[in-house]
Amino acid sequence: MDTGSWLSYTLMGVYHGINPGMGWLFAVALGMQEKRRRAVIGALFPMALGHAISIAVVVFVIALAQRQIPENVLRIACATVLFGFGVYKFFSARHPKWVGMRVGFKDLTIWSFLMASAHGAGLMLVPFLLRTPAAEASAHMHHAPASMTDNAVMLLSAVGVHTLSFFVVTGIVAIVVYEVVGLALLRKAWFNLDLLWSIALMIAGIVTLFWKH
Amino acid sequence: MLQQWKPDPTFYPSPKMAIDAPVEELAYVAAPRDDGKPDTMCVVDLNKGSDTYRQIVSKLELGVRDEIHHFNWNACSASLCPYAPHPYIERRYLVVPALRGSNIYILDVKDDPKSPKLIKTLDAKEVESRSGYTRPHTVHCGPEGIYVSALAAAGSEEGPGGIFLMDHYNFNILGQWEVERGPQSLSYDFWWHLGYDVAVTSEWGYPAMIENGLNLEDLMERKFGHKIHIWDIRHRKNIQTLDLGDDYQMTLELRPAHDPTKAYGFVNAVLNMNDLSSSIWTWYKDGDDWGIQKIIDIPAQAPENPDDLPPVLKDIGMIPPLVTDHILSLDDKFLYVSCWGTGEMLQYDVSDPFNPKHIGTLKIGGITKSHPHPAAGPVSGGPQMVELSRDGKRLYFTNSLYVALDNQFYPEGANGWMVKADTNVENGGLALDPDFFVDFGESRAHQIRLQGGDSSSDSYCYP
Repeated sequence: MDTGSWLSYTLMGVYHGINPGMGWLFAVALGMQEKRRRAVIGALFPMALGHAISIAVVVFVIALAQRQIPENVLRIACATVLFGFGVYKFFSARHPKWVGMRVGFKDLTIWSFLMASAHGAGLMLVPFLLRTPAAEASAHMHHAPASMTDNAVMLLSAVGVHTLSFFVVTGIVAIVVYEVVGLALLRKAWFNLDLLWSIALMIAGIVTLFWKH
Repeated sequence: MLQQWKPDPTFYPSPKMAIDAPVEELAYVAAPRDDGKPDTMCVVDLNKGSDTYRQIVSKLELGVRDEIHHFNWNACSASLCPYAPHPYIERRYLVVPALRGSNIYILDVKDDPKSPKLIKTLDAKEVESRSGYTRPHTVHCGPEGIYVSALAAAGSEEGPGGIFLMDHYNFNILGQWEVERGPQSLSYDFWWHLGYDVAVTSEWGYPAMIENGLNLEDLMERKFGHKIHIWDIRHRKNIQTLDLGDDYQMTLELRPAHDPTKAYGFVNAVLNMNDLSSSIWTWYKDGDDWGIQKIIDIPAQAPENPDDLPPVLKDIGMIPPLVTDHILSLDDKFLYVSCWGTGEMLQYDVSDPFNPKHIGTLKIGGITKSHPHPAAGPVSGGPQMVELSRDGKRLYFTNSLYVALDNQFYPEGANGWMVKADTNVENGGLALDPDFFVDFGESRAHQIRLQGGDSSSDSYCYP
């Protein structure tokens, strides 16, 4: 994987981390409800786990698909899904439904998984995933138990890097909002990242279609 | 629908922040009628700088003998709740349930806030078949959609009443909310403690017990509601029932603390069967359980001339206070209590929810008394539906309870009015604004909603 891809996974983690709907806002709320910072920090771990699982599902589905489906077909299919999901998100304000503030580790993991999945968090990585050596591996499948392991390690690293940057950014925003800024920020600075997101998905779809290597 | 780029500016993360919201400029007032003409949604101008200040600036006709009741916004500050945030929805529709006709009207106030437009009607048949309930009553905008309570089960006209959900984008009825309702059958109000994943529901009576006036036989047999119920919102199941005892009839309006970290709230019991007093109770979280405790008794009063009493009270010879509504300020400090029978609005400091202090009284109307209003002289009815501005400084209230009950307790007429009182939020105290009297004529005047939100429209997930 090239530097560009690593950077993309990292930046995508930053972007997901900033989005209040995917973590930090809930962490802040739990801290405020319990009136202690530990509740903010405690919430970050299951959130990162749930986020990682959601991303990993997409990463490994793409990796498997690369082994089974001709590259051109897969690229067109992915482009269609990305673009279509983007259009849907652009026009629909539908949001995942969840009711509940009294959440434990398991609840928060599931919640984070649902939020990341519903936002199509993993889908944004698809254009980069399609450019990884996994594609090459599929072309030379006959020679490579070793390269398959390497490939899995690399994909896991991708998930890890992305999740780490998500975790760090969510954590920093959560602590800063909880300790310093306060929630008045929500009224001023919370603009519709989901709408921006839907446009990003559409662009990602187009990029996927034309970005061959 | 195209989405917004910024959260609706009328949403506030916490009740504390909502206190600093701008002053309201309009009120929407439900005005049922008893004369075969349609109920109307009236808009009252509250902008002091306006030429039409204190006037009804528009009336939108809805159904005949519909009894439009506790309407609310399609969306509110609960949209900011952290577990399913969707702050880009707009507060622009009023969801108006008809307690008698069972229709639900959706009004759009965006283009011209002074002149709401009817954009959708869910007729009684649709409401009943989709929700399983009839006689919709209270509406609250919740974190995942619109919640509506209803008095009875569709078809039976009796229990169980309950809650159903509506989609907050297209206003389709999604169906019954409860999964395990436990012992509740009578139904009335509901609200929640979002920080605790707990909802609270209350009890009034089935349609036949109220629609021809309070059924006195049922009352003597103590068949009206005297319990409240605690629910697990996540699993939609009844987890505890708190019984006030059947001495207390009609447990109506639920006013939980606005601060989501506080687990207590206030409910009124309209009639104590032993002495006709009304009472206010505090429910509270007590370890893993919930408890309830009476904190205020409001006694019945003797009439100056017993001959003036309406037939329903002649034999009894006393005027019950008939506390039928109350409102809690957004800082959870002041509780305003409507005594519809005795014509008083009482102010309590409830900073300590178990030790309320009575700090203010205002008199207007009342059975046989008719304390006058400075701008209008003697008035009919008494203080009933009460609403408070978000900053807690302006208290608005109207005089109609429910057409059939108005006629029973105020048989000489219950022409609608709305008045305003100014409150002292530092030291307590309240006084009628001597110039503010909105005359609804032969319409009744019931629930008030203030533009942008008020002290019973929004729920908050952050302290």
